[in-house]
Amino acid sequence: MIGIILRRILIAIPVLIIVASITFFLTRLAPGGPFDAEKKLPQEVIDNLNEVYNLNAPLYEQFFDYFSNILVGDFGPSFRYPGRTVTEMISTGLPVTFELAFYAILFALFIGLLSGTIAALKRNTFLDYFPMAVAMLGICVPTFLLGPFLVLIFGINFELLPVSGWDTLPGDKVLPSITLGAAYAAYIARLGRGGMIEILGQDFIRTARAKGLTERQVVINHALQGGILPVVSFLGPAIAGLLAGSFVVETIFQIPGLGKFYVEAAFNRDYTMILGTTIFFSAMIIFFNLVSDILVLILNPRARDS
Amino acid sequence: MSNSSLWSDALRKLLKNRAAMFGVFILVSLIILAILAPVISPYTYDYQNLELGASAPSSAHLLGTDTLGRDLLSRLLYGSRVSLMVGFVATAVALVIGVTWGIVSGYYGGKVDAVMMRIVDILYGLPFIIFIILLMVVFGRNIWLLFGAIGAVEWLTMARIIRGQVLSIKNQEYVLSAKAMGVSNFYMFRRHIFPNVLGPIAVYATLTIPQVMLLEAFLSFLGLGIQPPMSSWGTLIRYGVESMEEYWWLLVFPGITFTMTLFSLNFFGDGLRDALDPKTSSD
Repeated sequence: MIGIILRRILIAIPVLIIVASITFFLTRLAPGGPFDAEKKLPQEVIDNLNEVYNLNAPLYEQFFDYFSNILVGDFGPSFRYPGRTVTEMISTGLPVTFELAFYAILFALFIGLLSGTIAALKRNTFLDYFPMAVAMLGICVPTFLLGPFLVLIFGINFELLPVSGWDTLPGDKVLPSITLGAAYAAYIARLGRGGMIEILGQDFIRTARAKGLTERQVVINHALQGGILPVVSFLGPAIAGLLAGSFVVETIFQIPGLGKFYVEAAFNRDYTMILGTTIFFSAMIIFFNLVSDILVLILNPRARDS
Repeated sequence: MSNSSLWSDALRKLLKNRAAMFGVFILVSLIILAILAPVISPYTYDYQNLELGASAPSSAHLLGTDTLGRDLLSRLLYGSRVSLMVGFVATAVALVIGVTWGIVSGYYGGKVDAVMMRIVDILYGLPFIIFIILLMVVFGRNIWLLFGAIGAVEWLTMARIIRGQVLSIKNQEYVLSAKAMGVSNFYMFRRHIFPNVLGPIAVYATLTIPQVMLLEAFLSFLGLGIQPPMSSWGTLIRYGVESMEEYWWLLVFPGITFTMTLFSLNFFGDGLRDALDPKTSSD
């Protein structure tokens, strides 16, 4: 098993390097310099700026400079916000995005596993059909519709919850977390139901029941570990989707997280910011995929041998 | 031919599936409306009536107008052309790449397969949404680039599924006997492999279309996809959200249209899968 994990890690490193290089050269390929403002700047100013931002050096030299700086955590300055560095923006935005993602996943796991397990236990009853119909709805309605919809109902019509901001008003974290987590709750419910149904039909469950365990013990001690396997292997790829979701949710709810910064940077063509965050996001996604693969290996004895 | 009975069986099952038929009905109507948009829409997509501004649904503007006095129904009809086209074109791109990749990888096997599938594995781990955004930023917000980029992302699952199918087909007796008779590879693909993977291709194509449309709408929502004065459902939803507090109709109608389409495609795709799956033939 250690061998498999090591091999996964060894694959992840070149992938990350390739992603970072492609991103670097793509942003350098982009038409128009970073200082193309509305007003034409004097040539000397442009020359000076190029000097300061090291844009006169040969491309390969810029490339190596950039990557040696990244290794010590320096993503360079932002092109659009003079005086701010990309590292600074990542470090202020990241904790917010992480917190949002954490609540969203927590919400998704709680609702998803609960309704998935109940649906599997009460198969073909109302407690199965109803949550699964809601789950279908949750998968089909995209985040950028669900968010505004929740805002209209709970924020504007009933004035129950704040509709924007983060950590400024009590309860302002509720709507964003639910918006971001809803689709995952739906997926987890479906995956959890499928996994549980498969496990509940197996011999060791019958043995456990034959031993006279209560239904609760059977489910919690025996079925759940295997039943949530599909959910665990889904969590890695889900992180990537969660990130995309955070772009939308942070934009809708005006949350000062990394996702909002990224969308703004893409909108403003802040190339260094895009470059830095893309590399950072890629590293995160690759890392979480790795973690979920390893978790599956630990939870599933059969995957270990192959 | 044994093929035709599989397909006619599937058709019979599909016709009995009410959710799938509802999906087909909605989709066909939408496609007809989209094709006829220049003929039937009451105004052009860039027609403005600044004096009117935003107005609630009325007899002159059935779904109301936006803040620039543009007719929402017309923009929705024209937008459906863009959104549906993204769905079909990008899915076609994904199909061509994915099917070729999967067939070649599965059929040749061995080292070729190992290398090709490792590439797919690696690509799977990449943050593609970010890459599409990057492409849109670097090369400008070009609609054809958007089609290509989305298609280039969505082929991975297709390649995996087709490869699996080919692997299971290629060791069956009729393929082995064809091989023993010395038919060319091309003939083999055309006559034996391709017809037998058509089912999964059809199923996953219909399930890919909604994902692609979602991706386009997502990008347009962020302002990184289709640019004004053109409209897609994604851009309309974006404007709808901006002004939903005063002008609810600008969000509600595009939102309903988009969600209905996604539902229909998913119902149809699920129905097709059940219809083509031999395991469900007993019931």
